[in-house]
Amino acid sequence: MLYREAGQFRSTYAEDQQIFPIRQDRIAMALLLLVAFVAVPLFGDQYWLSAIITPFLIFALATLGLNILTGYAGQLSLGTAAFMGIGAFMAYNAMLRIPHMPIVGAFIVGGLCAAAVGVVFGLPSLRIKGFYLAVATLACQFFVLWALNRVGWFSNYSSSGVITAQRMDVFGYPVDTPATKYLLTLAVVALMALAAKNLMRSETGRAFMAIRDMDVAASVIGIPMMKTKLLAFAISSFYCGVAGALYAFSYLGTVEPEAFVLDLSFRVLFMMIIGGAGSILGSFLGAGFITLFPIFLNLASKRLENALGMEIPHALISNTEAIIFGALIIFFLIVEPYGLARLWQITKEKLRLWPFPH
Amino acid sequence: MLLSVEGVSLAFGGVKALNDVSFDVRSHEVRAIIGPNGAGKSSMLNVLNGVYHPQQGKIRFRDHEFRDMDSHEAAALGIARTFQNIALFKGMTVLDNVMTGRNLKMRCNFLEQAIWLGRAKKEELAHRRAVEEIIDFLEIQHIRKTPVGRLPYGLQKRVELARALAAEPILLLLDEPMAGMNLEEKQDMCRFVLDVNDHFGTTLVLIEHDMGVVMDISDRVVVLDYGRKIADGTPDQVRNDQKVIDAYLGVAHA
Amino acid sequence: MTFFIEVVAGGLLAGVMYALVALGFVLIYKASGVFNFAQGSMVFFAALTFVSLLERGWNLWLALAVTLAAMVVLGMLTERIVLRPLINQPPITLFMATIGLTFVLEGLSQLLWGSQPHGLELGIPDVPIEWLSEKANINISQFDLFAALVAGVLVAVLALLFQKTRIGRALRAVADDHQAALAVGIPLQHIWTIVWAVAGFVALVAGVMWGVRNGVQYALTFTALKALPVLILGGFESIAGAIIGGLIIGASEKVAEVYLGPYVGGGIESWFAYVVALLFLLVRPEGLFGEKHIDRV
Repeated sequence: MLYREAGQFRSTYAEDQQIFPIRQDRIAMALLLLVAFVAVPLFGDQYWLSAIITPFLIFALATLGLNILTGYAGQLSLGTAAFMGIGAFMAYNAMLRIPHMPIVGAFIVGGLCAAAVGVVFGLPSLRIKGFYLAVATLACQFFVLWALNRVGWFSNYSSSGVITAQRMDVFGYPVDTPATKYLLTLAVVALMALAAKNLMRSETGRAFMAIRDMDVAASVIGIPMMKTKLLAFAISSFYCGVAGALYAFSYLGTVEPEAFVLDLSFRVLFMMIIGGAGSILGSFLGAGFITLFPIFLNLASKRLENALGMEIPHALISNTEAIIFGALIIFFLIVEPYGLARLWQITKEKLRLWPFPH
Repeated sequence: MLLSVEGVSLAFGGVKALNDVSFDVRSHEVRAIIGPNGAGKSSMLNVLNGVYHPQQGKIRFRDHEFRDMDSHEAAALGIARTFQNIALFKGMTVLDNVMTGRNLKMRCNFLEQAIWLGRAKKEELAHRRAVEEIIDFLEIQHIRKTPVGRLPYGLQKRVELARALAAEPILLLLDEPMAGMNLEEKQDMCRFVLDVNDHFGTTLVLIEHDMGVVMDISDRVVVLDYGRKIADGTPDQVRNDQKVIDAYLGVAHA
Repeated sequence: MTFFIEVVAGGLLAGVMYALVALGFVLIYKASGVFNFAQGSMVFFAALTFVSLLERGWNLWLALAVTLAAMVVLGMLTERIVLRPLINQPPITLFMATIGLTFVLEGLSQLLWGSQPHGLELGIPDVPIEWLSEKANINISQFDLFAALVAGVLVAVLALLFQKTRIGRALRAVADDHQAALAVGIPLQHIWTIVWAVAGFVALVAGVMWGVRNGVQYALTFTALKALPVLILGGFESIAGAIIGGLIIGASEKVAEVYLGPYVGGGIESWFAYVVALLFLLVRPEGLFGEKHIDRV
C-alpha cells in the first residue's frame, strides 16, 4: 500500500537511470540523510557515535572498496587490511611532512598511495585468476605488514611502530569530538559511496562485471583487460586506503601496523559476503551486521552472566563469535549467496504488493 | 573485398585445426562457413577476430593486415561476433549486456563517470538511446531489465546478437546463431539476420548447420573439412559439388 | 660451507613439514576440486586435540586413535553441512565456504581446549644426529629426519592410492566434474567423506610433527598458510609437487632469512614464500607439475 509504484511512470531515459527510480525510495533516502547528518550528531549518544557508528561507516567504506574489486570485478583479494594500513600510515606521513596539508588532502594522499600499491600487486591478475590471485594478494598483505613494521620512515622512526594521528581541522574548525569526527566520516563515506554507485552503473561498472562474468567475451567486445583490471585494483585500493586513514584519524587515534593483520582482511571479506557481493547497499548492510553483532553478543552474555550468577570468560565470547561468523558465512553462501542485499530486495518486492498476496 | 584470408594454418599442440585455408568476403555479403563437426569452423572464426593466432598465413581486413591481433583490437577495427555457447554476462541484465557492446564508443573516463552529472550522464543517455533502438529492432523490449541468466536459450541468443550489433560493426561473425532453436525461432532469427544485412549494411560471416537456412540466406558459401577448404562458391555450386556431398551433405536415399 | 649446508638442510626439513600440510590440500583438491583454505585450521585442531588428550594422561596410541576418529567425524560433518549443499557452485564459492570453515574450526579448537600454547613430546629427541655432527660437523636434528621419513611413507601410500586403485580413479573423476561423476553413478557423498577423512589424517600427522617442532599454538595456523605458496610451486593436483614445492619453499625461505635477512632488518620469513610463489605464478601459473588448462571458446 505504502510502496505502490502505481502512477509513477518514467518517460525519459534519464528518469529510468536514476539511482532511486521509485518515489518512496527517494523520500526514504532523503529522510535517512537528514537523520544521519542532522539528528544523529545532535542527539546521538557520544559512546555510540565514537565506538559503533563511526567504525561502522569506516568499515562500510572498506567493504565498498573490496566489493568494487571482488564483488563487481571478480578479482578475489585478501589484502584489504594491507591497503587500509598504507592509507593510514601515508595519511599520517602526509600530515607530518607536508606543511599546511588539509586533513582531507591527507586522506586523498593515503588513498592514492594505497592505489599505487594496489596497481603493483594487481599486475599478477593479468595472468592469474581465482584462488591463485588470492594467494598473490596474501603476498601483498604479508609484505606490506612487514614493511610498515620494519621500515622506520613510516612510523617516523618511533621504536614501537605506533603512530598517533594528528589533530584534524576542516576550514579552521577543529574536528575532535565524537560528533564532529562522525560528521567528517559520514561526509567522506557518503560522497565516496555516491561516487561508487555512479561508477558502477556507468560503463566502468559494466566493464568490471563483464570481466567478472566472462573475461574472454569481454575482451572480444573490446574491453581492455589490463586497463580494466588495474583500474579495479586502483579504485578499490583507494577506497580501502581512505578507510584506513579514517580508521586511524577518526576512530582509533593511535595505530600500529599490527592493527592491519590478515584477520582484518577476512573480516571485511565476511562483511562483503554477508552484505552482498556486487552491491553498494550490501557493503553497508554487511558492515553494519558485523560491527553490531559482537556488541549484541556481549550484551547477551552479560544478561546470561547476571542470570546464571557467574562470569563468562572473554575467550569464550570471542571464540563463540568466530564460530558464529564462520557458520554464518557458510550459511549465507548456501542459502543466499547474494547476501543481505538480495534479501532486502526480495523484501521490497514483497512490500510493493503488501497487503495483497499477489 | 572487405576481408581476405590467405593461407591460414592453425595448430593446437599436435592437432591441426586449420590447414592452409584461403577465401575472401565481399562487402555487404552474407558468407556462410559450413562443414562437419571438427572441421575447424569455430577455429576459423576465432582466428578472424583475434582469439586464436594462426601459426601461418595472414588476414587482410580493409587496409589492415594481421596475424597476431588481439581480440579487443579486432573489436576496435569493427569486427563483432557471437558465440556458439553464448558468451553473455550472466550477472547483468539484458540492457546492461547490450550496453557493454557500446564500450568502444564511450569516451568519458572513470572520474567523469564517478561524478556523473555533466558529460558522463549525457553520454550514457545518448548510448542508451542507441541501444534501445537495437532492442526495438530485435523485439526484446519486454525483457530488458531481466538478468540474462534467467532467459530461455533462444532469447539469450537474440540478446547476444543485440550486443554484437550495439558496436555498429562492419563485419559480424555469427557462430551457429540458429543452434538449438525450433522452426519458429529459426525463422525469426533468419529475418533478423537478413534485416541486419539489409538495414545496417553489415557484412556477415556465419557458421551454420541447418542447410535450409544456409542455402536460403547466404550469398556465398565456404566448405571446410578436416581443417581444409574443399569448396567455395554460391549455394547452388556448393550444393552440387561432389566433394561436399561426400564429406558433409550426403545423398537422399529413396 | 658447513653452515650453508646446515641452513639448507634445516630449510629442506622444514619444507617437508610444509609439504605435509600441502598434501592435505592436494588430496582434497584432487578429489573434489575444492581449494580447502581450512586445511591449516584442521592441522591446528588435530594437533590441539591430540596434545590436550595427552596432557590429560591418555595413552599415546589411544589419543592418536581418538583424534583420528574426531578428524573423520569432522570430515563427515563438513561433507554433509558444507559441501553437499554447495555441489556445482563455482569454485570461488566453495573456497569462501572453506574460509568460513576456518573460522569455525579455530574458534571451536580454542573453545574446547583453551588457547595456551602446548609443548609436544613424541619420544624422539630434537638433538643433532651424533655421527653426522662428529664426522662432518653438520647438525641435523634426529626428529627432523624422522619427520621426513614419515612424510615419505605417507606420500608413497597416497600416490599409490590415487594411481592404482578404483577409488583413486573415482576421486579423479569427481575432481573434474561433480555432476558428471554423479551421472555415472559415483557415490559422491561417500567419496568426499573418505577424502576429507584421509585429509584429516594427513592433517593430524602434520599437526603432530609441527607440534613437536614449534609447539602447538595459534601461530600454527599461519605456518599452515605457507602451504599455499608450496601448492603454487608444485601445482595443486600433484602429490609429488607438494613435496618438491615444500622442499623448495622451505630451503629458499631459510636461506633468504639467514643470508638476506640481516640487510633488511629480518623477519623476511613472513612474506618471502608468498613473493616467491607470486613470481612463479607469473612465469608458470600451473606450477611445476600442474596441468595446463586450455579454455575452449
